[in-house]
Amino acid sequence: MKTTKKIDPSKRAERVSWMLVTPLACVLGFFLLLPILTIVTVSFWNFNEWSFFPDFILDNYAYHLTSAVTWATYLKTLKFMVLTWCFCAVIGFTVAYFLAFHVRSLPVQIALFLVCTIPFWTSNIIRMISWIPFLGRNGIANSSLIGLGVIDEPLEWLLYSDFAVVLAFVHLYALFMVVPIFNTMMRIDKSLIEAARDAGASGLQILTNVIIPLAKPGIMIGSIFVVTLVMGDFITVRHMSGGQSASVGRIISNEIALLQYPAAAASSVVLLCTVLLMIGVMMRFVDIRKEL
Amino acid sequence: MEPRSRSFYVLAGFFALFVIFLYGPVITIGILSFQGPRGGLTFPMNGVSVHWFHDLFEQQAVGDIWGSFRRSFALGLMVMSVTVVLSVMGGMAFRRKFRGSSVLFYLIIASLIVPSILVSLGVGLIFNILDLEVHWATSGFGSQLTWTLPFGLLIMFAVFNRFDKSYEEAARDLGASPWQTVRHVVLPIIAPMLIGVALFGFTLSYDEFARTLLTAGSYNTLPLEIFGMTTNVTSPVLYALGTLTTVFSFFIIGTFLTIVVVMRKRQARSSSDAGSGLV
Repeated sequence: MKTTKKIDPSKRAERVSWMLVTPLACVLGFFLLLPILTIVTVSFWNFNEWSFFPDFILDNYAYHLTSAVTWATYLKTLKFMVLTWCFCAVIGFTVAYFLAFHVRSLPVQIALFLVCTIPFWTSNIIRMISWIPFLGRNGIANSSLIGLGVIDEPLEWLLYSDFAVVLAFVHLYALFMVVPIFNTMMRIDKSLIEAARDAGASGLQILTNVIIPLAKPGIMIGSIFVVTLVMGDFITVRHMSGGQSASVGRIISNEIALLQYPAAAASSVVLLCTVLLMIGVMMRFVDIRKEL
Repeated sequence: MEPRSRSFYVLAGFFALFVIFLYGPVITIGILSFQGPRGGLTFPMNGVSVHWFHDLFEQQAVGDIWGSFRRSFALGLMVMSVTVVLSVMGGMAFRRKFRGSSVLFYLIIASLIVPSILVSLGVGLIFNILDLEVHWATSGFGSQLTWTLPFGLLIMFAVFNRFDKSYEEAARDLGASPWQTVRHVVLPIIAPMLIGVALFGFTLSYDEFARTLLTAGSYNTLPLEIFGMTTNVTSPVLYALGTLTTVFSFFIIGTFLTIVVVMRKRQARSSSDAGSGLV
């Protein structure tokens, strides 16, 4: 019979889809999934001063989780994360709100949006370095404050401090809030706002009862970015704190520098679980597939 | 049009401050990189010169930045091409559900949210265990793809969600084969967005640091080289390098955006004559 020989079109379509995603799946399999599985495996291995070797020990975890330094560092990293998130959320929401609802022509909207996104395509390290002349002891901030007579002596806590770390984080990652919030806001039907106004809502009521609830998915996606980027960071903290502040990422990078790979792997697994837990909670509020 | 409300001016002021916050520091080091030969890392300017740019061309002053620039540029092009091709293929596959599609989708999202240092460490460990040598063009290349691919794919998902299927149906009705439909209908329509994906692919690779850190091997990429300099170079030569690479980034961004604008204009011109010959 002829019909049995013919491939079912839906099966054929599925085969085409699989062929199309095979290279992608290979790349992510080998450079994402396999590395994570390797880290999990190696976290149970043993090591000495010059090498690491297969074993099954829990010492790496025991040491990491019982160390007071670890807990203090997690607390510190969470502090950075919460502060950065607050500033990014407020700035990101305000900027996106201005672009989406107060700028009236589309070309201007696109142009201003691009102005906000261009720094994202330049080097993070350069953007970090560029704070030095601003915040340093004899930097612009201090000299202008002294010039204005606000302070008599230069502020020491501007550069190489927790303040500098949070400032750099906000500077680097605010865009990750602006973009998704702007994206969801652009899809809010303007007639909803007019309806609210006709029904007698004040500007503040429109903001809290219409715009914020509808922009929530964008806020969530932005938050996911900011949380994961701050939790996994190790260079911004090292660079902007002048090596004085710790973060979870820095623990890992220090262990790597000391070639204590199994210890670094165990710390990484704990960090990954922490991040995934946070993301899991946030994902409950948003369906990413719907937001594209 | 109704007049601007007071909140408009407040918000516009806030936006302006945000832009200054974004660009101010970079402009500052741009100015400071023209410090005189005896100038320091902060104001005041001790004369104006191109001394520090000149220093960049002397090997012993700054190490192998030109070599690292060449590597970063080549790597950027490699990552860009693969990101574009795989994102288009992935975007097309994800237009319909297939078995395993949601697993793969979550893997793509995971690629974005797994801390970069883990990718670096994991890939480094694999190469170490397999006794392979890490190199920027193999392990570094793959690690960077885990960062650029999710961006490319998310853009493509968004593009195909808004794609009007009737164009393809029309092509099919006219007797086009599936490949002809893709080649002559789908790709030209999404071409401007592909330039966007390419821009992401190149710039994210060119500036990538954390994922390349343990996977680049003995030959550094430019961001790694710059990071090495931040710890031991304390002269404005660092600013000169920062200014040059930022200018280069702006140049790349400008080029890509110009291509998009030109393509859009061309599309608008060639699509508007539909039906005009009938009257």
